[in-house]
Amino acid sequence: MNAPTLNPPPPPPSPYSSALGKANIEQHTLSVLVDNEPGVLARVVGLFSGRGYNIESLTVAEVAHGEHLSRITIVTSGPPEAIEQIGHQLERLVPIHKVTDLTLHARAIERELAMVKVRGKGDDRVEALRLADAFRARVIDATTESFVFELTGNADKIDQFVELMRPIGLVEVSRTGVAAISRGPEPI
Amino acid sequence: MSKQMTGAEMVVEALKDQGADTLFGYPGGAVLPIYDAIFQQNFVKHVLVRHEQGAAHAAEGYARSSGKVGVLLVTSGPGATNTVTGLTDALMDSIPLVCITGQVPTHLIGSDAFQECDTVGITRHCTKHNYLVRSIEDLPRILHEAFYVASSGRPGPVVIDIPKDVQFATGTYHGPKNIQHKTYQPQVKGDLAKIRHAVEMMAAAKKPVFYTGGGVINSGPEASALLCELVKLTGFPITSTLMGLGAYPASGSNWLGMLGMHGTYEANHTMHDCDLMIAVGARFDDRITGRLDAFSPGSKKIHIDIDPSSINKNVKVDLGVIGDVAHVLEDMVRIWRTSAPQVDAGALKQWWKQIDTWRERKSLAYRPSKETIKPQHAIQRLYELTKDRDTYITTEVGQHQMWAAQHYHFEKPNRWMTSGGLGTMGYGLPAAIGVQMAHPQALVIDIAGEASVLMNMQEMSTALQYRLPVKIFILNNEYMGMVRQWQELLHGGRYSESYSEALPDFVKLAEAYGAVGIRCSDPDKLDDAIMEMINSPKAVIFDCVVEKAENCFPMIPSGKAHNEMILAELSDDAGVEIGSIIDERGKLLV
Repeated sequence: MNAPTLNPPPPPPSPYSSALGKANIEQHTLSVLVDNEPGVLARVVGLFSGRGYNIESLTVAEVAHGEHLSRITIVTSGPPEAIEQIGHQLERLVPIHKVTDLTLHARAIERELAMVKVRGKGDDRVEALRLADAFRARVIDATTESFVFELTGNADKIDQFVELMRPIGLVEVSRTGVAAISRGPEPI
Repeated sequence: MSKQMTGAEMVVEALKDQGADTLFGYPGGAVLPIYDAIFQQNFVKHVLVRHEQGAAHAAEGYARSSGKVGVLLVTSGPGATNTVTGLTDALMDSIPLVCITGQVPTHLIGSDAFQECDTVGITRHCTKHNYLVRSIEDLPRILHEAFYVASSGRPGPVVIDIPKDVQFATGTYHGPKNIQHKTYQPQVKGDLAKIRHAVEMMAAAKKPVFYTGGGVINSGPEASALLCELVKLTGFPITSTLMGLGAYPASGSNWLGMLGMHGTYEANHTMHDCDLMIAVGARFDDRITGRLDAFSPGSKKIHIDIDPSSINKNVKVDLGVIGDVAHVLEDMVRIWRTSAPQVDAGALKQWWKQIDTWRERKSLAYRPSKETIKPQHAIQRLYELTKDRDTYITTEVGQHQMWAAQHYHFEKPNRWMTSGGLGTMGYGLPAAIGVQMAHPQALVIDIAGEASVLMNMQEMSTALQYRLPVKIFILNNEYMGMVRQWQELLHGGRYSESYSEALPDFVKLAEAYGAVGIRCSDPDKLDDAIMEMINSPKAVIFDCVVEKAENCFPMIPSGKAHNEMILAELSDDAGVEIGSIIDERGKLLV
């Protein structure tokens, strides 16, 4: 049976792809601490679209309820000069406390959570469970003809798992986008 | 000091506490409570404009000529959207504005109510910051924060959107003391080690140049004074962007004139050939750099700016110093004085000799005429007849703006108000009204084009209502002159829609508004006519009928480098096809 088409493996070119040259494109993960006030996410996202920067992934949630601080993690790509410029442009936004380029912070950890729905019968089910076990994915929903797996890891690991599920009967994927934090005792 | 009062009264109280005694605005349903509070006090003077765009530009003119924050007050919906051009203009040129907009009551927000629009959504991209006030408790803090954000760091416009129910609500007002913003604390002091390094680079330079911009003006008169001192100490040549004119006096011996697309030959060649460029409060705009990959190829570059994102944005520099221009220049002057560096006097002398050969090209020269008034001549005469007075100049946008920048010479900062970054036609008249409000005794002249000035001509009524004797000096060539010039250069002389058809009779128009109208087309009568304008106690529209086909030179064509300028003499030469100067790549650029 045909699995519904998903995004093809290579990331699609963004309509806002930087015109600065396709050479030396790097992917960076930025951590942005902001005041959790109305419109702050729109400011950040609007900055990216207005200035033609790429967003590969974006996550946001309040991390300090008392101080109303939210942490936004943005994965972006571009030449090093553009990445540096993105950091400075973000710092110009008034409600922003701090911008950290975690990719320059060599010891950063990145994780993403995905829920993957797979449909199949017979041997396909066995194969799906076997692969899930190898990837330490958990079954969080099951019917006689489907599973939903929960999987945590870096983005590459999730890509790989999704690719393996495709021939088995991949139905759909929901991903959180990347969350990231630096190693060691110090905050960013 | 905390008192109980309504939100509308808080707005007026905050304006008082911030020293904002002048307010440009237009009433409407969603700001009626604030207008009622204005009615019941005497501190804040309200200037009723005729269109909200005019309020924004008037507030800009007020801010730029006085160094204070400009304030405007408009209603919800169309009132707010009409300010968008002015807010964007202020953002591009870093002008401190606080724009207070009315909003429909909180419970109606999102219901497509009458005169509702998403003001904070619409203005998010054209303000430095904006606020929607959801509760009366937040209002005093936001009012004072807005003034702080607008005026500190790199200045810019701030919008405060206040729903009508918040204006009616009663709460506790707090004064502006102890305003300590949680997140926004721009760095004003420069890193001393870097400044020392900059001084060492300057001392070692053989072919240096100062390239200064609007940041020097924004940093205040002390910054301009310190700049002059540093130029005197070092003996280096200095050029400036359109925005920075007046920071260093045009009569100063080290002055090269403006640089960039319509800058002087000597300024652009000095930039191209220098070995050290010291950029001060300037942002390497495309109108300055020309072709980026051929921009000053052999130089080391120092960049002083308060906005870290300006550094390395368009041009990679060797040393970036983040800080307020006045603070950094103060340190620079002090370190230069105490270290008393040995400059290479021989090399500097050689450099000045080279610059003198560029000066000899007399790139601002034009062919004079006895029959028609040349626009450059008109500006020169206006300058000669007004230079000894307390004069402020605003402009619209186009050829007249460039001629004004080239031929009107500024000795002091804050005397020159022009829309640089956004290039807003219709800026000059409302800006002149704002300037005149800040300087009631001064001579305020809007150097205009006949096309631009019509974009906000309605503000003549404002000038008349407040007896503001602004002078509108129109260089009337019956064309959107810069559009026509580009069509000549780029589009085979096909003048698509750039002829000013069906112009009003400007003399009668002036009279219809209750102002004075003067027309002059004879070069011999020009001086007398200008004197008549200057001596008139009322607002004047001066219709200066100039040579229609005149082009604005010198010019760096799009896509070319600083050393590939077109001069007027070349364009006059028979046999040079002017439409062939710009290549296909250049035609794609703006």
